[in-house]
Amino acid sequence: MGIDRRKFLKIAGVSSLVTLGGGASLLALNSPAGASHGEVEHHAEGEEVKAPEKGVKRWGMVIDMRKCSEHKDCTKCIDACHYVHNVPHFENRKEEVKWIWKEEYEKAFTDIGTLHKYNPKEIVEEKFLCLCNHCDHPPCVRVCPTKATFRRPDGIVAMDYHRCIGCRFCMAACPYGSRSFNWKDPRLGLRGRKLNPEFPTRMRGVVEKCNFCVERLAQGLKPACVEACPDGVLVFGDLNDPDSEIRKVLAENYTVRRKPELGTAPSVFYII
Amino acid sequence: MYDAGKIIIGLLIFAGFMTFPLWYNGGKAAPIPEPKVLTKGKCVEDTAYMRAAHMQLLNEWRDQALRDGNREYVNHRGEKVWISLQNTCMKCHSNKDEFCDRCHTYAEVKPYCWDCHYTPKESKKWASTEGNS
Repeated sequence: MGIDRRKFLKIAGVSSLVTLGGGASLLALNSPAGASHGEVEHHAEGEEVKAPEKGVKRWGMVIDMRKCSEHKDCTKCIDACHYVHNVPHFENRKEEVKWIWKEEYEKAFTDIGTLHKYNPKEIVEEKFLCLCNHCDHPPCVRVCPTKATFRRPDGIVAMDYHRCIGCRFCMAACPYGSRSFNWKDPRLGLRGRKLNPEFPTRMRGVVEKCNFCVERLAQGLKPACVEACPDGVLVFGDLNDPDSEIRKVLAENYTVRRKPELGTAPSVFYII
Repeated sequence: MYDAGKIIIGLLIFAGFMTFPLWYNGGKAAPIPEPKVLTKGKCVEDTAYMRAAHMQLLNEWRDQALRDGNREYVNHRGEKVWISLQNTCMKCHSNKDEFCDRCHTYAEVKPYCWDCHYTPKESKKWASTEGNS
């Protein structure tokens, strides 16, 4: 026997100490890089840091709740969207599929600063129009393992249903509840409905959400919800163009966004 | 040779089973499908190319339109074509069962295009209220 138990333990102990020490020194070497990485994260909103390239669009939307709240029972935008995109309807709320919907104040705006009990009653009881925020830093895109959901250069967070494997990571990541899973064959939820033959349906087992009407924008049209609203609640346009209507509306009105504290930088703004 | 009779009979039966598909189906090959074209106009590319490579073209179209946001395709004749399976291809080939399905059934391929894409005619099967489950 060349080595006894005592000797073996000694060698093992010493070598593990050396390894730990080496690891620690590696960490120490890395720390300046780590700190600068943290700084980048700190500026996660990033909007003012990077000026937009010329000619690059950044689609955004303003929702004027002052006008919307005058028509409490109106669902014209929702109907138009769900018709144009063949969004199925299921009675069971667990199977609900939605692209644009109305949400209570305390569910839409959960920032601790906006939830105090002295808020105006009209606002607290108001239903807010919600849709995908098409964030600058979309958490859904970060978690998608197949790149089925991705951010286009114009800021639209798009879905490639061909690639979606239905893992629902994006649903867990999205803080706005903008994504719905097709538990059932969505065509069952379209029975007896008028279909839009220009747009496909989805299949069972994929996640779907608002696409900012990317297929209509490609044809030079406005999103279906914007077109359907008779009261001018929804303003859609290019946030990078300082002369656009949306920029004028944003400059003239104080607007809020949903859950800005999360650093996702939504591109849907609310006038309250 | 022991049991020559039994072995020879066994071999004959074996050979018979092995060649069964050949002589049973002999001369009765399934007819080559003839997809029915409804329109007289020209397709996006010429027929031979479309027949051989429509699946590659559709895959390219899908990625180009959806992921690159470029919905215009320029074909070999220099014409611009709007990329859309449902709004370009199936506007002409609206008879999916007589056009797409005939060859696909013959070749035993099951593309998943129609899990989502559909023609108005075909949608009646699943969109009507009185249909089957």
